[in-house]
Amino acid sequence: MEKILEVNKLTKVFGKGCPNCFDKTGPELDTNVCPDCGSVVAAHELSFDLYKGEILGIMGESGSGKSTVVKNLFFDQEPTSGHAIFYDDDKQYDLFSLNAAQKRHLRNHRFGMVYQNPHLGLNFGISSGGNIAERLLMNDLRHYKEIRERARELLERTEVLTNRMDELPGNFSGGMQQRVQIAKALAINPPLLFLDEVTTGLDLSVQAKILDLILEIQQEMNTAMIVVTHDLGVVRLLAGRTIVMKYGRIIESGLTDQILEDPQHAYTQRLVASAL
Amino acid sequence: MTAQPILSVEGFSKQFELHEQNKLIPSSSDVDFNVYAGKLTALIGPTGAGKSSVLKGIFRTYLPSSGRIHYHCANGLVMDLARCDEHQILALRQTEIGFVTQFLHALPRQATEDVVAQPLFQRGMDREQARQKAREVLDKLTIPERLWGVPPATFSGGEKQRVNLARGLIAKPRLLLLDEPTASLDPKTTDVVVEMIQEMKLEGTAMLAIFHHPELVERLADNVVTLTPPTIDTAKEVA
Amino acid sequence: MTAMRQAKAVYPFGFLDEYAKKEVRRTVLKAIAIPGYQVPYSSREMPMGRGFGTGGLQLTLSLIGSNDTLKVIDQGSDDSVNAVNLRSFIEMTCEGINTTDVTDEADLIQSRHRIPEKPLREDQLIILQVPYPDPLVVVEPSEDKRKVMHGEADYSRLLVKLYEDIVQFDEITISHRYPTRINHHYIIDPSPIPRWDVPKLHQSKALILLGAGREKKIYAVPPYTDAEPLAFDDVPFRVENFIDQHGKRRACDRCGDTTSFLDEFTSSDGNKVYQCSDSDWCREQLQKKGA
Repeated sequence: MEKILEVNKLTKVFGKGCPNCFDKTGPELDTNVCPDCGSVVAAHELSFDLYKGEILGIMGESGSGKSTVVKNLFFDQEPTSGHAIFYDDDKQYDLFSLNAAQKRHLRNHRFGMVYQNPHLGLNFGISSGGNIAERLLMNDLRHYKEIRERARELLERTEVLTNRMDELPGNFSGGMQQRVQIAKALAINPPLLFLDEVTTGLDLSVQAKILDLILEIQQEMNTAMIVVTHDLGVVRLLAGRTIVMKYGRIIESGLTDQILEDPQHAYTQRLVASAL
Repeated sequence: MTAQPILSVEGFSKQFELHEQNKLIPSSSDVDFNVYAGKLTALIGPTGAGKSSVLKGIFRTYLPSSGRIHYHCANGLVMDLARCDEHQILALRQTEIGFVTQFLHALPRQATEDVVAQPLFQRGMDREQARQKAREVLDKLTIPERLWGVPPATFSGGEKQRVNLARGLIAKPRLLLLDEPTASLDPKTTDVVVEMIQEMKLEGTAMLAIFHHPELVERLADNVVTLTPPTIDTAKEVA
Repeated sequence: MTAMRQAKAVYPFGFLDEYAKKEVRRTVLKAIAIPGYQVPYSSREMPMGRGFGTGGLQLTLSLIGSNDTLKVIDQGSDDSVNAVNLRSFIEMTCEGINTTDVTDEADLIQSRHRIPEKPLREDQLIILQVPYPDPLVVVEPSEDKRKVMHGEADYSRLLVKLYEDIVQFDEITISHRYPTRINHHYIIDPSPIPRWDVPKLHQSKALILLGAGREKKIYAVPPYTDAEPLAFDDVPFRVENFIDQHGKRRACDRCGDTTSFLDEFTSSDGNKVYQCSDSDWCREQLQKKGA
């Protein structure tokens, strides 16, 4: 088993910050807002790793900082401090010290992201096929017929009707938009995929289908994934290991079934007890 | 016994710390036993003796409070399952250690044959090939063919249990943990399961099992380990 | 005219003050040094509305010398209103320069929407008037983000535009302002020249300068620089072919030439008429026939 990602002391503070920010926030103090300077501590010294083909769940309520993790790793935000090493075959990248072009390279060629809000992941001004084409064009594929063929394959794989591939994503249902987003993220076969609350707000039956799809993809392509969710059911079904977060801190982490059946921390015990 | 055990549990204890009630609840204490390749070890004892906790502790669904769980891997290495890295546990679950529980957890809306084939999917087996194997096991366990393509959510307790068994058996693990695998089965199906377990023993699978019926212990167990419940007064307030 | 005669007395050669001209020249040097990069400059107020060629005009006024010969065209014609007005303004403010209609005779050509048919020489310079300098404006509204995209040569969204075009119409339908990659990095809007003129940018012997007055940008295609129109491997770039319904290349109704870019008119009797867009080219062809 090989490591694909190693995150070390990832910290993200929104606001100017002060020397007391970390001492005066956290789960014990029941806040992530520093009382002295008003800054929000979204993540404080988060460390974890991810192996090839593994699905890691990050679970927490809104404001726990769980989305901050993937947003920093996908370069949507810049961390305040910390390191993250991405191991890519024989290369390794110190993610937070790359220049803009290197970041763009990884985003376009090695990472995939599926957002809760399809508007963040898809361009609603161009067709669904065009959205996938964009990702392929970023990868220097310049053959129109090949691009179209690959886009059709991907949409078929994610169960989007390919005779609708030239329609705008706005014409589609929420579940279908998520499928297009997943197809777009997968277009380049990324070894690392981030999923941020991808099933939130969808019908239960649609949720199940999407989760099934994600699991199939992980098994077929051996894609490593970080799944951010507030839903215990999602981590139960997808993640081998789970991290529980609250107010920007990791409360506990472990095998997902252990987190759910033998939670160690009072907060996780409450969370699990109230969900089951 | 001269053979090397595949699993040896020494001084295993498990207690739960319930923060909300501010209580320590003991579940198992000072458990010792061995499990051997091709043999079935049965855990017996009254309700509350912590039999399931031992199985879950070995599978690491529960974090053991103390003790050692030495597992001899196929590659010759010995690992303490109570302490080793989570990734190692995940790898062992995928290839060597299986667990059949009383409850079926599966993706909603997933066809029964896919539920059963999951362990093979996870090992990267071709999906159609894996499904074919799943159908064979389902057939053996007398699940009617018309149910194979349907999600098991609406199945009877006995059917669900057989699906669960099928999923546990299909992976052919080196060590199989069984928690009341026949609790809600009729005598005929129970016989089928007994036969399958005996076949697996012959193939060399080591098994650790909890059975509902003492009769099954007699029919299948090579060794019997008796657990006693921790006394109530060991439950104490957290300081 | 009286006002203009007075202007001659008040304004220096080339209308702009020396500082303004120097700034434009510096900008031009930078533009040549970074082929295709849109260099910002402080476009001056001119005595005409922005959007009427003030970007090209400022380039011409900053670069022309009193012994240079100037040609001004609009859509290939020396006689259209825009060309005539710009020419007379430059004549009035640049004492001693010569003007011409003949492409061959010009040192400096200011043009709107066309590049002359006659191949330009190393000793010639063409200035194109540009309304919208940034090809990315159709896919990204924020200029900040566009600058980053240019810097990283991130043009996939522009290619998606072409993809969508082919999906909808089976071909690339862009007729003017065809996005063209200069020296393998920056993609430019080559001004509203037709596709016909785009190949003339590639390895041009003459320096090509592009000026956008309203948008305050100058950029350049230096001589002997690669210029590749965006396309797919299997859907190549094509120029207008002027084939009629019988599969025959149309000819100019005036000079009979079948090698130039044609304008289409409707004559007074309702028939379609085709004529060379480049009036000097047409004149030369007629002359050759007469000779």
